[in-house]
Amino acid sequence: MADKLKLAYFLSGGCGGCDMAIVDLSETLVDVLPNLEVVFWAPTVADVKYKDLEAMPDKSIDVGLYSGMVRLGEQEHIAKVMRAKCKVLVAWGICAALGGIPGMGNMHTKEEIYKTAYFDTYSTDNPDGITPQTRCVVDGKYELTLPEFYEYVRPLNQVVDVDYYIGGCPPHHSFVGEAILAVLQGKLPPPGSWITGGKAVCDVCKRNPATQGEGREPITAVKRTIDGAPAEGKCLLQEGYLCLGPITQGDCGALCPKVNIPCRGCGGPMPGVKDFGLRAIAAIAASMENEELVDQIPSPVKLFYRYSLPASMLGRKVK
Amino acid sequence: MSDWKPNIVVFACNWCTYQGADLAGSLRYDYPSTINIIRVPCSGRVEPEFIVAALKNGADGVFVGGCHPGDCHYKEGNYKAIRRFILLKRVLTSMGIEPERVRLEWISGSEGKRFAEVMAEFDRTIKEIGPNPVGRDGNGR
Repeated sequence: MADKLKLAYFLSGGCGGCDMAIVDLSETLVDVLPNLEVVFWAPTVADVKYKDLEAMPDKSIDVGLYSGMVRLGEQEHIAKVMRAKCKVLVAWGICAALGGIPGMGNMHTKEEIYKTAYFDTYSTDNPDGITPQTRCVVDGKYELTLPEFYEYVRPLNQVVDVDYYIGGCPPHHSFVGEAILAVLQGKLPPPGSWITGGKAVCDVCKRNPATQGEGREPITAVKRTIDGAPAEGKCLLQEGYLCLGPITQGDCGALCPKVNIPCRGCGGPMPGVKDFGLRAIAAIAASMENEELVDQIPSPVKLFYRYSLPASMLGRKVK
Repeated sequence: MSDWKPNIVVFACNWCTYQGADLAGSLRYDYPSTINIIRVPCSGRVEPEFIVAALKNGADGVFVGGCHPGDCHYKEGNYKAIRRFILLKRVLTSMGIEPERVRLEWISGSEGKRFAEVMAEFDRTIKEIGPNPVGRDGNGR
């Protein structure tokens, strides 16, 4: 490769876990780095300012990775700048792709969130009723600004056009390696698609009854992870632990079921599924033995839409 | 809102509810003109996506009609349908959509009169609760 591939990375509303997933590549990253020029990685790794990114020529960056959802005006601004500067923009991790954990905030209005965060919490002392403002003047002369807190959480593709999506919370580092290699070698699927192996978590899970020569039976109980440990090597869903493996991309290698934790769907939906939560409802409810069991499923919205509420068809709680 | 007429989508299973609707027509039973029937092979074919897509695209009420338990042409399609439906209804309720807006009933091919009655009743319910909030809320976004 004659020229180095220019890479930009922005941590938006995420937690930094997706940054860690790249750093976790360790030696692989060292091998790849000679081919990479990181021109922007804010705010975690490189000391580059927003104005430096804004000053770069349009379409001058080969690949932009955007991790985290869009809740603030600042995040929306950088998303638009990234789109203008990058040839290929990737929604990196489930927050950018579908909204992620912070997306569950769409079950509440901005006012409810403010009320809890700035008034109701036990440790809050706010007698003047101050909430964040986009502008404030200190000592009559210093004007300070804060980004606007939007009414709802949005995934990246509701703000700008996105070329590729990668699921995972965070993406598993071995898969990150494959994805970065695919980007470097230009072996990418058609724009607008997910970068995925295309297999479900069940497909790569050792607990899958099909790999043990057994068939699937209807589920006869609903259990939570606190209700004791599941049997060794047996399918979690079969035992009643509500595992979303059947509809989730298995690029993680079924990490969670390996350690007795049911899949919660961070990998994103299988290709072709438009609304993760609704498909999960169809899959899980239909494998229950009777209707009473369906009523026992705790907090269904936050179970089935744990990582995908803002990108769902309804998108948020209807007022 | 006096001239408002609801838009109701009915997913009718080919083997029972659709035949029931047919019979209602043959017997000249009236049912409201707000009903729009979509024929599906089985109530088990009605995925939660279909119901939410209808609500998001302007339906004020969604009705799913299937065969009575034990009568499913595909043996267990209606059992799958009701399990999905119960769960979807819980999710929709949490998402701020009135649970009365979606309804599932078993209507057989011989129940033409019942089909007309249930449709009239569902139409009244939807008229009482008013237009779909998803539409009111700027297409849900």
